[in-house]
Amino acid sequence: MVENKKYVNKYNFAFIDEATKKEIRRKLLKAVAIPGYQVPYSSPEMPISRGWGTGGLHVTLAVIGKADVFKIIDQGSDASVNACNLREFVHMMTNCKTTYDTTEATLIQTRHRIVEEELNENQIYIYQVPQPEPLRSVERYENKTRQMHGEADYAKMWVSLYESFVRHGDIMFGAGYPVKVNDRYVMAPSPIPKWDIPNINDSKALHLFGAGREKRLYAVPPYTKVEPLEFEDVKFHPEDFSSYECFKTGYNKAYLDELYFDDGSKHYVINDSNFLDKMVGHAPLNQHSNKYLDKLKHEQE
Amino acid sequence: MSRNDDNWLLRVRNLTKIYGEPNDKTLSLTGPLFNSNICPETDSIVACAEIDFDLYPGEVLGIVGESGSGKSTVVKLLYFDMEKTLGGAWLRPYTNGLSNILEESNQKKRFIRNNLMGMVYQNPRDGLNFRFSSGGNIAEKLIMAGQMHVGDIRARASDLLNKTEVPVQRMDDRPSLFLDEVTTGLDVSVQARVLDLIRELQQDLGIAMIVVSHDLSVIRMLTDRTLVMKDGRIVESGLTDQILQDPQHAYSQLLVSSLL
Repeated sequence: MVENKKYVNKYNFAFIDEATKKEIRRKLLKAVAIPGYQVPYSSPEMPISRGWGTGGLHVTLAVIGKADVFKIIDQGSDASVNACNLREFVHMMTNCKTTYDTTEATLIQTRHRIVEEELNENQIYIYQVPQPEPLRSVERYENKTRQMHGEADYAKMWVSLYESFVRHGDIMFGAGYPVKVNDRYVMAPSPIPKWDIPNINDSKALHLFGAGREKRLYAVPPYTKVEPLEFEDVKFHPEDFSSYECFKTGYNKAYLDELYFDDGSKHYVINDSNFLDKMVGHAPLNQHSNKYLDKLKHEQE
Repeated sequence: MSRNDDNWLLRVRNLTKIYGEPNDKTLSLTGPLFNSNICPETDSIVACAEIDFDLYPGEVLGIVGESGSGKSTVVKLLYFDMEKTLGGAWLRPYTNGLSNILEESNQKKRFIRNNLMGMVYQNPRDGLNFRFSSGGNIAEKLIMAGQMHVGDIRARASDLLNKTEVPVQRMDDRPSLFLDEVTTGLDVSVQARVLDLIRELQQDLGIAMIVVSHDLSVIRMLTDRTLVMKDGRIVESGLTDQILQDPQHAYSQLLVSSLL
């Protein structure tokens, strides 16, 4: 990969200039100090437009070092367009090693998924967030939502969950189910599916969220309590895949994608491409454990 | 129910709201004596000033006065819809009446609003969130008061929705309830039902109420004691019957003679 040196020399390491990286890192420190709190930041210009993963990219480029091993996924896949282009860019600007292997990576950037394999203490998990404000659906004014966060006034959020349940018989959040971090701030966990929500809770890795278009950073430090909002009698539950299975592996305790073949037949496949590859190749796997998954596994036995 | 000095529920002292920039003479140059609440020197407007009264448990207190006399301002200040300029209010169920509720933090104020007080606005739009359903609006109040069981909330909400379709939004067991021109703008038959409902609530639950109205018949029907306000000041206070039968202040006399 020597040829990449030419880019590295033309630009500052990791593209962004040092002063701006420092600014982003300082904002990240604040975000880590107040779990779930949205910190405004500069969101500098990037070679891609805002809203296409710039928030995640800012965070990645601000924290990446020469020894880091970088992995990036888009909706669970290492191979989709957004992931490929950003991987190429980060590689060109840092000359860091890149990988598909979840366990090998030290820095994982993601769009809308958490990997199925358990994260460890040496990993930083970075999200590209389109809408950092969980209260935006119930309150459109920014000054109001800030005040609501400041006073922990989340009644409107609860009412929208209540109304959703009353109307539809379930709390209808496909992705981005609101969570309460460290018993204080309600946070939008970027639009990850409900399946992934329990995996942020008490995670060993540091989770950093960057919303480039909205110019906000927030974070969940390692070993932090993250709970989905739920009522006393209406509980949070992840997606139910019990009646399907992955057509390649027959496994159904991972997040599944729906897949149509040319003959019109419907199949399901594990969404996390590295997890699927490892499972097909019978490599050792260390899947996340959480109370919902453990219950599923227990029921099946 | 004895009404001695010590068993008050809500105590209000020197409550004042001034718009604009007042000077030292503003308060002495406005009021019923001058027939104006606009300060001639600074043009600041004295919405209400030097309001002193006590509300006792289970009592219904009326506030009457013409439009612009400051009667709505008083309840809006007490319900934290506006910021006071001067003065204080003490609520017995909150820290045993030791702290001035108007100077508490926003969180504490919200707790008091959600748990110890209720307000029925003249315009239902002020009390309801139109982005939510009617059930959702009731649920919001219950959630804010700490109720987190969907089944219970639904049962309570349908209970309340069946009871009445009139714009009465808060019927929780709060120790004090403010009613701001509740019957204004309703036709007579609905008006009668609302008044019945309020009396029922008052008698069943023993809630202390402040009823703001310019309608003396509403005041006579609901209240035990009445304050008469003019140009932001209390000009007369006493038992409702007494004020209606034998008004002392010139303005009260005018009010009674013109409306009865």
